[in-house]
Amino acid sequence: MVWGARPARRGPEREGGAGPGHYAHDARFVLLRRRYARLAAGVALGFLGWYFGYVALSGFARGLMARKVAGNVNVALLLGLLQFVSTFALAGLYVGYARRRLDPLAARLRADAAAAAAEQAREPR
Amino acid sequence: MTDGRTLTFGLFLGFVVVTLAITVWARATTKGADDFYAGGRMFSGARNGVALAGDYMSAASFLGIAGIIALSGYDGFLYSVGFLVAWVLTLLLVEPIRNAGRFTMGDVLARRAPDRAPVRTAAAVSTVTVSVFYLLAQMVGAGALVSLLLGIRAGHRFLGMSAAAARTTTIVAVGVLMICYVMFGGMKATTWVQIIKTVLLTAGAAALTGLVLGRFGFDVSAMLGSAADASGSGAGFLQPGQRYGRDVPGDTYRTVVGKLDFVSLALALVLGTAGLPHIVTRFFAVPDARAARTSVSWAIGLVGVFYLMTLALGFGAAALVGRHAILAQDPSGNTAAPQLARALGEHAAGRVGGDVLLAFIGAVAFATILAVVSGLVLASATSLAHDYFGQVLMLGRPRESQEVAVARFAAFLVGSLAIVLAVVARNLNVAFLVALAFAMAAAANLPAIVLSLFWRRFTPGGAVAGIYGGLVASLVLVVLSPVVSGKVDPVTGENLSLFPKGVDFHLFPLENPGLVSIPIGFLCAVVGTFVTRGKADPARYDDLAVRALTGVGSH
Repeated sequence: MVWGARPARRGPEREGGAGPGHYAHDARFVLLRRRYARLAAGVALGFLGWYFGYVALSGFARGLMARKVAGNVNVALLLGLLQFVSTFALAGLYVGYARRRLDPLAARLRADAAAAAAEQAREPR
Repeated sequence: MTDGRTLTFGLFLGFVVVTLAITVWARATTKGADDFYAGGRMFSGARNGVALAGDYMSAASFLGIAGIIALSGYDGFLYSVGFLVAWVLTLLLVEPIRNAGRFTMGDVLARRAPDRAPVRTAAAVSTVTVSVFYLLAQMVGAGALVSLLLGIRAGHRFLGMSAAAARTTTIVAVGVLMICYVMFGGMKATTWVQIIKTVLLTAGAAALTGLVLGRFGFDVSAMLGSAADASGSGAGFLQPGQRYGRDVPGDTYRTVVGKLDFVSLALALVLGTAGLPHIVTRFFAVPDARAARTSVSWAIGLVGVFYLMTLALGFGAAALVGRHAILAQDPSGNTAAPQLARALGEHAAGRVGGDVLLAFIGAVAFATILAVVSGLVLASATSLAHDYFGQVLMLGRPRESQEVAVARFAAFLVGSLAIVLAVVARNLNVAFLVALAFAMAAAANLPAIVLSLFWRRFTPGGAVAGIYGGLVASLVLVVLSPVVSGKVDPVTGENLSLFPKGVDFHLFPLENPGLVSIPIGFLCAVVGTFVTRGKADPARYDDLAVRALTGVGSH
């Protein structure tokens, strides 16, 4: 053995027949991609906007940030804590959505691909 | 004092013995590339998440942020927020990266390249550059820390060493240990080192937080008020503007530059995290993308709780230790947390209590540094061996045993380079290198990763152009910035740059290059796509897209 003995790596060129790209136009994949794109774009824009809004307020709206809310806690500290809360919440929402709406689609496509690969392995070449 | 130092040393020695024992076990069970680079992909999502948090929470965040809060109040908190929210972006990218890659970022990028060599080389260059800068900051920091924690001042001696000798010895010892972990134990040992460190660090921070809050009857507002009173800045201590984006009366230019500088830093933190090599490498230590997502969720929880606790540590130190005592130990505030530990321990259990708590926190700080540098060396070694040696030099056909041997040797090489550089730079103020590493990761790695995954027309030429463009832009801008030359304290006239006073070639006003270099990285990637030869291969894009989102054919 020099190169051959270990199982061939699964590159596109070594897949034999249809690789993962085969599913690129599958309706389930198109749906999966659309859902992921919408979710990711929404989450990314939402958190970047909210975070840089907070940074901008810290830089340019210091009067507002200095206003006291309760005891010694002012708007600046409160918004900072809300950044923590919103990060946890966004992460939770993303994970929840992914579990419900993305994972099942991906699992079905994986199962199809595995079945197709098994089929191909059975055929004599 | 001597008792406390011996105790710190003893506790740290205990950590070293345990982690070396794990390394011996890991060496015995590490057989192939999957074991060495990815710990056999056998870590559960939760465990890997704890390790991921460990990779991320460096001494800079533990001691550094606590110190900045203790000295600058709210602005230190503002700084820590960026480190946490960055994980939202990481969460969005973790599954595609895990599904499409095998061990490195280079794997993901190379999926779209018929000729892998240029992309792999660029990925390796970027990985090693970012890692070495980050390593340098951590190791020089370790050297400085030992003199502070062990209380070695000029003229004093510890274990027969002067302060200067102790500094060099620490850097070398940290370096040798990290090389041992990575060379012999690979990802398995490194992961366990991270897990132990995260547990220790979180426990230490939680104990201090509990004690601080206890001192104020669990009234956060009272703690804040007491910190503000002790700071000498009054209510301003709890408001923005003590450190970042300071208002310079009558000088609009400097005021605006100061504010943009912080925006630039924030941008690098938020966009850089998902491109840090030691973070990306860790995505592959789990069985599948779902577990990788779980890891990031765990990391978000742990990192978030940790930064909330640094709030108590920082304000607690400001209130209970006091600004003058902190400044007297270290002008940048890195000893605020250890000093707080001593004050709290003394209050709870007298002199012995102070020594014990200080010793524990000191040992935790060393464990933290050691764990982070190990992760960085592993990421570099993985990329050098897998991307460069395996895929470029051996044309994608290396023998697995050969590639792992090269990875071990690369760990030794990168580690030794870091030791030498850190010893040379041991007396310089290199704290800015952490922010630079984030900026480079954001400017060079993020455009290549995101555009490879989601832009159909993106070409390998674009990836290469984006990586080199982002790296070079970040580096050049930092060299031309005030952190390298020409920054003088307006009040004391003290030199604050890397170069000695009088040398001034700074042309770029911001200390953080991200605001300019990240757009340049994206721009280079886009322009590179259109001007370099070779078109995007739709079949390869389809292959990558399906892999990334479904996990079909993933490793």
